[in-house]
Amino acid sequence: MARARRIAVIAGAAALAVVLAGCAANTSSSGDSGSGGSATKVDVPEVTNLPVPPNAVKPAGNGQATCAATTTIAFAGALSGANAQLGINILNGAQLAVNQHNAANANCQVQLKKFDTEGDPGKAPGIVTQVVSETDIIGGIGLPFSGESKATGAIFEQAGLVHLTPSATNPTLTQNGWTTFFRALGNDNVQGPAAAKFLTGKLGAKKVCVIQDDSDYGIGLAKTTNDALGAVAADCQDKITTGQKDFSSVVNKVIAAKPDAVFYAGYYAEGAPLDQQLVTKGYQGVFVGPDGVKDDKFIQQAGDASNNAFFTCPCVPGELLPEFADAYKGVSGGQAPGTYSLEGYDSATILLAGIDSGIKDRAALKDFVKNYDKDGFSKHFKWDGTGELAATTVYGYKVQAGKIVYVGTIG
Amino acid sequence: MTTTSDRPTASGSTPASSDKVSIRDRWNSLPRPQQWAWLIPVVVLIYALPLLNPPLLTTEPGTNFPLALFDAARFALIAIGLNVVVGQAGLLDLGYVGFFAIGSYVAALLTSPDSVLWHIPYLWTLPLAMVITMFFGLVLGGPTLRLRGDYLAIVTLGFGEIVRLLATIVGPLKGQVGFQGVGRPPGTAADGQPIFTTSNGTAWYWLCVTITIAVLFLVGNLERSRVGRAWIAIREDEDAAEIMGVATIRFKLWAFVIGAAIGGLSGALFAGQIGFVNNQKFDVPTSVLFLAAVVLGGSGNKVGVVLGAFVVSYLPNRFVELAAYKYLIFGVALIILMMFRPQGLLGARQRLLAYGRQAYLRLVGRPEQVSSDSSLRGEGEKPA
Amino acid sequence: MPVISTIVLAQGPDWIKFDIAAFVSQFWNNTIDGLAYGAIYALVAMGYTMVYGVLQLINFAHSEVFIVGAYAVFFTLAALGFGPSAPGLSLPALVGDLVLAMLVAMLAAGLMAVLLERVAYRPLRRRNAPRLAFLITAIGASFAIQYALFAWRGANPEPAVIMFRPQPVFDIGGVIIDSQQITIFVAAIILMIIVDQFVNRTRLGRGLRAVAQDPDTATLMGVNKERVIVLTFLIGGILAGAAALFYVMKVPAGVQFNGGFILGIKAFAAAVLGGIGNIRGALLGGLLLGVIGNYGATLFGNAQWIDVVAFVVLVAILMVRPTGILGESLGRARV
Repeated sequence: MARARRIAVIAGAAALAVVLAGCAANTSSSGDSGSGGSATKVDVPEVTNLPVPPNAVKPAGNGQATCAATTTIAFAGALSGANAQLGINILNGAQLAVNQHNAANANCQVQLKKFDTEGDPGKAPGIVTQVVSETDIIGGIGLPFSGESKATGAIFEQAGLVHLTPSATNPTLTQNGWTTFFRALGNDNVQGPAAAKFLTGKLGAKKVCVIQDDSDYGIGLAKTTNDALGAVAADCQDKITTGQKDFSSVVNKVIAAKPDAVFYAGYYAEGAPLDQQLVTKGYQGVFVGPDGVKDDKFIQQAGDASNNAFFTCPCVPGELLPEFADAYKGVSGGQAPGTYSLEGYDSATILLAGIDSGIKDRAALKDFVKNYDKDGFSKHFKWDGTGELAATTVYGYKVQAGKIVYVGTIG
Repeated sequence: MTTTSDRPTASGSTPASSDKVSIRDRWNSLPRPQQWAWLIPVVVLIYALPLLNPPLLTTEPGTNFPLALFDAARFALIAIGLNVVVGQAGLLDLGYVGFFAIGSYVAALLTSPDSVLWHIPYLWTLPLAMVITMFFGLVLGGPTLRLRGDYLAIVTLGFGEIVRLLATIVGPLKGQVGFQGVGRPPGTAADGQPIFTTSNGTAWYWLCVTITIAVLFLVGNLERSRVGRAWIAIREDEDAAEIMGVATIRFKLWAFVIGAAIGGLSGALFAGQIGFVNNQKFDVPTSVLFLAAVVLGGSGNKVGVVLGAFVVSYLPNRFVELAAYKYLIFGVALIILMMFRPQGLLGARQRLLAYGRQAYLRLVGRPEQVSSDSSLRGEGEKPA
Repeated sequence: MPVISTIVLAQGPDWIKFDIAAFVSQFWNNTIDGLAYGAIYALVAMGYTMVYGVLQLINFAHSEVFIVGAYAVFFTLAALGFGPSAPGLSLPALVGDLVLAMLVAMLAAGLMAVLLERVAYRPLRRRNAPRLAFLITAIGASFAIQYALFAWRGANPEPAVIMFRPQPVFDIGGVIIDSQQITIFVAAIILMIIVDQFVNRTRLGRGLRAVAQDPDTATLMGVNKERVIVLTFLIGGILAGAAALFYVMKVPAGVQFNGGFILGIKAFAAAVLGGIGNIRGALLGGLLLGVIGNYGATLFGNAQWIDVVAFVVLVAILMVRPTGILGESLGRARV
């Protein structure tokens, strides 16, 4: 008796499941017509000639460099844990630069030593103390995150060890009087206003929703963007947490507000599912993200929803520089360059150029970086007194046919 | 029936047990002053560790050894605090990191230039952090301690998460932006540099070890006091304890509050050493690591939990170059260790406390027979 | 925190609001979304609740059982050609693919759960280890599985596999219920009804309840305790596998080595909220946590409040009902 009832229940369940999936499947044919979103989508044409600086310094140098066999530069950043991918992107970029340098300069084999901080402000001081205590290390790349940079900047300063961060964008980092800290990209104060101009100008948005994550980066960027947007974004704000995957309440809020654009200040790990869930629920406007979102992984993880996405970034995209992208895959095991890979490459190149010029100690390398004034692959590198880039350009991008394409400078 | 081996000592009729007294039994039968005398060289060795930097033990070149030792000492302090709650009173606390976080934030809010509050010297924040976390211990413990077992576990877990999330959400707590330039103890070395810098692990280690030893003394005395005996009674059988006249809620609250204070103290120390506090690393996995230190070392045994704390903090620092694999190895190591020593590296054992020990020695003429039946042990090993 | 609140008032808080208008206007949308997501919590919570009911063990590694299921869904669907856009499949083909993916995920997660029981928990049971040892073993297993996945697949989430584009089915006064929400909710409820019936009406289920109530007596009465325990883990794993399918349906980019952990904690909270060891309680707790988080996010002005509200409600309910809303009951005798 019981068994018969159970079978009946299962059979009923199966039947119901089929029916339900049926109403789901009806939709898949119309799924392609998701281009409904593109009806309202503003047309910002692709720009194909990339502003690659013609005289970009390459890590190979002139091939004549000589240096001691113990010459070492260090990478310190997250290589494990939830934030590992950013660190790995940077490390691979730096590794590529060192490999190219060593292949071209037989008499100068620079070693790259890597240290895993897990992106954790609690772990980083122990690691960095170890880095500065190794006298062979004369320059550093890192740390990738603002929090760990705040916790360790004084240690670098005390040891006089120059380090270039390829990704920590908190504006306060350069206000500590540290002479060893150099930022290889624009800070949040540069990108926010540029993003606001892009949103209200080229994209013609009359109403914007600004959504931020809980990272130092997202908070800072949302603030500067909101300041520049003013009333346009005044009554549509939301905040999410790192690791969040269900954005129902955010999506409901955005859809009720009917904005022309959503600006997401954070990283692609949350940005991609957010955009995907927005579009799935019928959001028709554009989705704009900063450099933390501009990544092929965003497109992979948001699926075809990513077709409404634009990006702002103080960086020339590494993946669009074929020469760099191909070489990078040789180091990364086939993965395309990711966010900040090119900054990692350029940072290492600057340190290597210093070593090639005959520098053997930390103090001289610090001065070399301080007075550096040349083009890199990603931008022109020249710093002001605090370690901030003297001039930064912000570039615009969009997703087109599943690829990130360049749409011109935006600020 | 003992924790260390399977030899039958349940009854005194086994002649072997009186002949072959284990090191541990012999240690336990020593008078206190003699125990202290033996401990002095051990303590000296512990203090000398960062200077010795022993070759195999060192965590370099992965991470700085004195700082790794500070990390271990900090973990030990946390484990001692959590052991009061989990090991002695038998309350499963999965949100201990909440108290640790509150302690860190007290130090940061009252010393960092990023904070708008009034500022006080760093060393004052240590007792203040303890007072404030005790208050939060009362706030959490008061209403929740009538919950039992795993319900208490989930409530404390929720508390830890609420603390962390509020640090993220509440504007003045600055979330991940955090507080830079948290204060440090005064003092400058001969070269004009401050003694207590973020990178000088040795100074912090000595400070932390000194505090840990002081706390060990206090907790040890507490353990032998009426409060400690009440905790054991509650841990073993709460209903029976209550019937015997132990005010269970009050003593549970004591355990909670004392544990919280030690957690807050270690949080403030941590904040001072790093010099930077934000909402990272106060999450559930961290809380779980604290608990792992206690259980791994031997819940209820002070020395055991210190050892467990050392293992839990030392292993990832020692194998830092293994990057992602270190947590895989750590996880497998936890499973294997629990398989072979389910009671922890140094399991807790029931002992006579206070004057009971001396009385036993006088009356029976030999050291107490240690029995190990306890709720910390498996149910199946209770004496039939 | 009295000190802090005074500062906030001075500055004007931008991190908390009492947006009752938004709460009312988005109430039904939030409810429906919350129920769909809550159904996923409920399915995962079943694994916690059943293992707890039988062994009094918080199986911390259950979230990793779930994420193994999610990987199985990803690999199956990727192999079947699902990708970044919804495939133009016919109805039976889509249903067939999804059912196949669900079966593979159930198998993978079920095997993972049983493997966990065999490798990690059984040796401890043999030794009559203390309960805390089980907890630490569970934590160790959770670390080990997460980082084995990390070593294998890296830190990034897997690319999205979109199953279908949800289409409005009902439109009740502007509140739209779409096919995805219905599929998740109804299928999850059906699965839970099946398990509930299984536990309450079959011979094996009776054995399970017997062991939950009194393992020694049940053994004396001829119930094979070991078999019951394996069965419990298996059912928990199977339901986690099903939950994985619905999770990937809702969050196509959610397949990540540590992607199960947060969801696992919420599911465990759901199990306790409803009354741990109680199957119907897990359902109630899951749905409740799902909707409450959304309400809180809208009322307080941002989505960071979701988990705070969920945990505060959990603590508050346990104050009033110390064994959860429906109480513990897997072991309660029934006809």
